[in-house]
This record gives sequence, C-alpha cells and structure tokens, in this order.
Amino acid sequence: MRMFASLILWIMMSLTVLAVGVDEKRLANPADEARAQEIMKQLRCLVCQNQSVVDSDAGLAKDIRIIVRERVALGEDEATVLKYMTDRYGDWVLLKPPFDGATVILWLSPALLVLIGFFLVYRNMKSRKLAAVAPLSDDEKARLDALLNDGGKE
Amino acid sequence: MKKTFIPFAVFCVISIALYIGLGLNPSKLPSVFIDEPMPELSLPVVGGEEIGFTKADIAAEEGVVLLNFFASWCAPCYVEHPFLMELEKRGYKIYGVAYKDKPHATNRFLEEQGNPFFKTAADNDGRTAIEWGVYGFPETFVIKDGVIRYKHAGPIMEMQFEDEFMPILESLSQ
Repeated sequence: MRMFASLILWIMMSLTVLAVGVDEKRLANPADEARAQEIMKQLRCLVCQNQSVVDSDAGLAKDIRIIVRERVALGEDEATVLKYMTDRYGDWVLLKPPFDGATVILWLSPALLVLIGFFLVYRNMKSRKLAAVAPLSDDEKARLDALLNDGGKE
Repeated sequence: MKKTFIPFAVFCVISIALYIGLGLNPSKLPSVFIDEPMPELSLPVVGGEEIGFTKADIAAEEGVVLLNFFASWCAPCYVEHPFLMELEKRGYKIYGVAYKDKPHATNRFLEEQGNPFFKTAADNDGRTAIEWGVYGFPETFVIKDGVIRYKHAGPIMEMQFEDEFMPILESLSQ
C-alpha cells in the first residue's frame, strides 16, 4: 500500500517536471541547454508576473523560451540575451532588478536595516552598562559598610 | 520631545512610501518604446501569404495611428471591441494585429463583432508581439510619424480613452 502510494506520488512528481518543455525542443548541446536554462530562470513571465519564464505555462513564456534557446544556440552570451529582452520589455522582465539609481534604496535597505539594528542594540547595551557601573554615593557606601559590618548580628 | 519625534518621523516616511507604493499598479508596465521609433513590422494578411501592412505603411500615415493587438480567444478583446468600433466612427485610423489566432476565428470575430480596422494583419507565431514588447491582450499603441507615443495594455474603454489617450492625442494634433 505504501509502495503504491509512493509510486503514485513519484508519477505525479515526474508529470509536473514534464509539464514544462514537453512540447519544446531542448538544445542538443547539454552545455548550451544549461546556459539557456540559467538565462530563462532570470526572466520574469510577463503574463503571470511572479514566476520565471521557466516555471510558466503561459504561451508568451513559451515563446520567450524558444527565443532564448535560439539565441543561445547562435552563440550569444547571457548578457546579450538578457539585453535583447530588456530592450523590449524593460528592466521589469528581469527577476533580479539591476543596481541603479531607481533601485539603490531597494538594494541597500537590508544592509541599512541591519546597521540600524546594530546601532539600537549598541545604544541599549551602553545605557545598561552605565547604569550598572554607576558608583555608589558616599551615603550608600556608608550604609553598605554598616550593613556588612553588622550583618548577621541583628 | 526628541524621543517621540524620531518614531513619529519614521512613521511618516513609511506612511508616505506605502501610500505611493501601494497606489501603483504593479501589473502595468510602461513600454520601453515610448517616444522611440517603432520596431520592425511586416505581417501577412489574415489567412494569407501576401503582406497585410508593414512599418513603412504606418510610418507614412499622416496624423495619429492606433495599432491594436487583439485575438478572438482573448476575452478582454470582446469587452474592448465596441469601443474600437466607436473610435473608428470618430475617425481614428486603427491597424489591427491578430495575435496567434486561427484565420477563420479572426475572420469570424470581425464579422460578428464588426471590423473597426483600416487594415488587419496576422502575427501567427507571436514574434512581432515580442519585438514590440507586448505582454497582455489587447494592447494598443499610439503612433505618429513612425514614433510610438503611448501604449495601453488591456482593453481601452471610454474612461481610459478620456484619461490617458485624449491628452496625448491632443498634444500630438497641435
């Protein structure tokens, strides 16, 4: 029974793998195909918007996969193929936005937040330390001495 | 005083950023071709081999031309269609590109819904749409003298036309 279930699961999983590219010709040269896959992973499906072109079943994504493979087969490098796409669809087609004036805050915000966090922790620790090491006043010293000397007698 | 001011300032900055950010429509992409010469275009007539129209045909037009990508399988295209008919009646010259559509389906669509297009051509393999950066259907370009002036993705209706197209069309006709 368990074997049967895992068999079904295995078949279903292989079907989803087949779903993309079942009607597409992969490139004959495995190195080229790997390069094409690498490029396709970086391209956003313009129809579904938060999937890469590799993951999408949309017709447009399929056409884009075909174009990427064609260009890779022609010997174009990654930057050239990506530029072909951004020339037509803008930077938006890239899942990873480029670092420029418009995205500088986007890129720097994680580092900035970490820095702010460190600063807050540092400030907090410093103020605690100061409180802890504040020396005793003369009055307090006298009381402490008195307590220590008389300690246990009372 | 200072202690309450900083969190309040941070709150204000975040509020403004969110107000602007959440007000944007992330599914709306500006075309990279705005104010650029239009990409190549040479398409066959629907269901035939002969050329329907080319880039040169559109560039040679006097005045503003609309180029509309549509398909008979595209539901929003049906929504938009009556308004295209209306625009044609108002005297706009509209070129139609049937995107990845079966010729008989395109023809039936235009017979049943009416034909607002001055000329219709077919983008059978969808290559031209990609050259033009088209990603959703219908999509409409405003072209003058071979230069793309505006693009709208999705159906154009009276409202979009008044708000988005009219200011551009008016500035172009001056």
